[in-house]
Amino acid sequence: MSTVYDLKREVEKPERLTGGHRLCAGCGAGVVVSGVLRALEKEDRAVIVNATSCLEVSTFMYPYTAYTDSFIHSAFENSAATCSGAEAAYNALKRRGKIDGTVKFITFAGDGGTYDIGFQSLSGAMERGHDMVYVCYDNEAYMNTGIQRSSSTPRFTRTTTTAVGSAQQGKKQNKKDLTEILVAHNIPYAAQTAPMGNFRDLHSKAYKAIYTPGPCFLNVLSPCPRGWDYPMAKLPEIIKLAVDTCVWPLYEVEEGVWRLSYTPKKKLPVEDFLRSQGRFKHMFKQGNEWMIEEAQQYVDQKWDKLLERTGA
Amino acid sequence: MNKVRLVQGNEACAMGAIAAGSTFYAGYPITPSTEIAEYMARELPKIGGIFLQMEDEIASMGAIIGASCTGVKAFTATSGPGFSLMQELIGYAAMTEIPCVIVDVQRPGPSTALPTLSSQGDVQQARWGCHGFHSIIAIAPSSIMEIYYQIINAFNLAEKYRTPVIFLMDEEIGHLRERFELPEDYQPEIINRKKPESDLEVYLPYINDESNGVPPMANFGDGYRYHISGLTHNEKGFYSSVPSVVDTEIRRMVGKIEDNVDDIAQFEEAYADDCDILVIAYGSVARSAQQAVEEMRAEGISVGLLRPIVLWPFATDYFTKACMGKKAVVVAEMNLGQYAREIRRIVHTDTPLKSLTRVDGEFIYPIDVINAVKEVL
Repeated sequence: MSTVYDLKREVEKPERLTGGHRLCAGCGAGVVVSGVLRALEKEDRAVIVNATSCLEVSTFMYPYTAYTDSFIHSAFENSAATCSGAEAAYNALKRRGKIDGTVKFITFAGDGGTYDIGFQSLSGAMERGHDMVYVCYDNEAYMNTGIQRSSSTPRFTRTTTTAVGSAQQGKKQNKKDLTEILVAHNIPYAAQTAPMGNFRDLHSKAYKAIYTPGPCFLNVLSPCPRGWDYPMAKLPEIIKLAVDTCVWPLYEVEEGVWRLSYTPKKKLPVEDFLRSQGRFKHMFKQGNEWMIEEAQQYVDQKWDKLLERTGA
Repeated sequence: MNKVRLVQGNEACAMGAIAAGSTFYAGYPITPSTEIAEYMARELPKIGGIFLQMEDEIASMGAIIGASCTGVKAFTATSGPGFSLMQELIGYAAMTEIPCVIVDVQRPGPSTALPTLSSQGDVQQARWGCHGFHSIIAIAPSSIMEIYYQIINAFNLAEKYRTPVIFLMDEEIGHLRERFELPEDYQPEIINRKKPESDLEVYLPYINDESNGVPPMANFGDGYRYHISGLTHNEKGFYSSVPSVVDTEIRRMVGKIEDNVDDIAQFEEAYADDCDILVIAYGSVARSAQQAVEEMRAEGISVGLLRPIVLWPFATDYFTKACMGKKAVVVAEMNLGQYAREIRRIVHTDTPLKSLTRVDGEFIYPIDVINAVKEVL
């Protein structure tokens, strides 16, 4: 990015995730993908890899595709491995002078395909050091199969496999901190972001991830109106609440240096975020005040640790 | 009084598993089997059972194997891609003789293919999916009530023969809703694994029990020294590469199922003895075949139906006898003739065999079966 970020100029670039895909209205995934791909320089080409996901089934419905770049969907558990293979073979061609121009390798997968089944594949690709970007669009459950918990689902969340009733009250475990795990791979760039406001945070992190040589990772919050149970127009509001309550802090780790990207002017209570979605409804029942308290404690603890790390 | 209910196939499977005494489910969401996981997630905690959602299907298989070693009846449910991932550990369960049930609600393949549509494409994979020498039991139900009764049978066979059992549903039958009603005072027959009666010091987890070749199985924590490994093992469970030991153990392991095929196999017949043309069909397709046969009989066509409920082990003697003297045999299935291959092996070379196949995710309708029969008439 040679000049200052200008959303107006950026959106004038041709869309690389074109309209007409079948993602739900109010879904974060489409916004995330088009936002990341917008960071590509106009003249550069990309190879897009998808793990099995809502995104995958909705963006290429044969004979239609929403992508203007090369695209491969392999399986649920191996998108990072497939991307590794393509990148390694491309570099061999490039070294022998058999291919012109710049091709960038970008993998998109949901939290199921990243935190769970695709974790081994992702870890392997990051360790081997491929020049690629892995983007997790994190909607905190298996939405494509009808809202089952994943290891990204926050504690207390209602899903179809973490029921709310007399025997249990939603998910028992806290969300796995995947971004931290990726940082522990000592990769050149790892960041947590969200499509918020004028998309500056998402855009600049995507640009860094794409144009930093070596393996880079982006974890992007991507709300799901069906799974999170919110009216579709509330998407931007919910992302903002996630960030302002510090449920989803925006930060980046560049060559081992932690940096906070955004500090809320006023840190809002987690309750505000929880109240905006049906998946947490039971937490507001009388007698369940402890759930909200513990959710707040957990967020505070993580946030304090992040402040310490980033020296903010 | 038992209530009449409208029940979905996947739901009947989950209900039957609980009736069979299963208190442990580990799985991973995949269409078109997810309703089974959702049911177990909702119901198991209420009865003190364990529902684990795993990080993938490999882990799901691993968890049910571990759970089964403690003595519980454990199962998982999946579909094609997940079933493929499970194969190594299905082989492990066969090798270590750990009872467990794997429900595969089939969808077309290979790969992601058509996740929401139906198929019977995993029939040979159920038999030969893992590498090496093993035998397996696979059951293909064709109605909601039969799903309920046969999943109980699947758990019973797993316990009786210390083996993984594959429960081969298909999307059509998994998502079908049908009348569900249990007989008054229904009590399922429940079989539990044979436990060792020997002194704690002398347990042989892989000894050939002469009655049916199935060794007794201790639970972890019973006090026996119990060593389990996927390496080829001797009677004690320890690694052995002695050719005579390997040969004996593998042949016993395969033989305990293949030699007991008469006990395991189940069929339903309609006019099968009294017909020129024999239609063979299983799972949801058998429903179309049944209707086709009735319609053709009404027209005066000499046709009968043979419906294997247990697909594996293959009942060679039974099929040979049933096909003997027929003018022609028609095998209808939603794949490219996977079971027809087996039937072809045992049908007299002069007998025409029509393999009616379908792989586009659409159902085989009665008219398709009628047309196939008329071709060989």
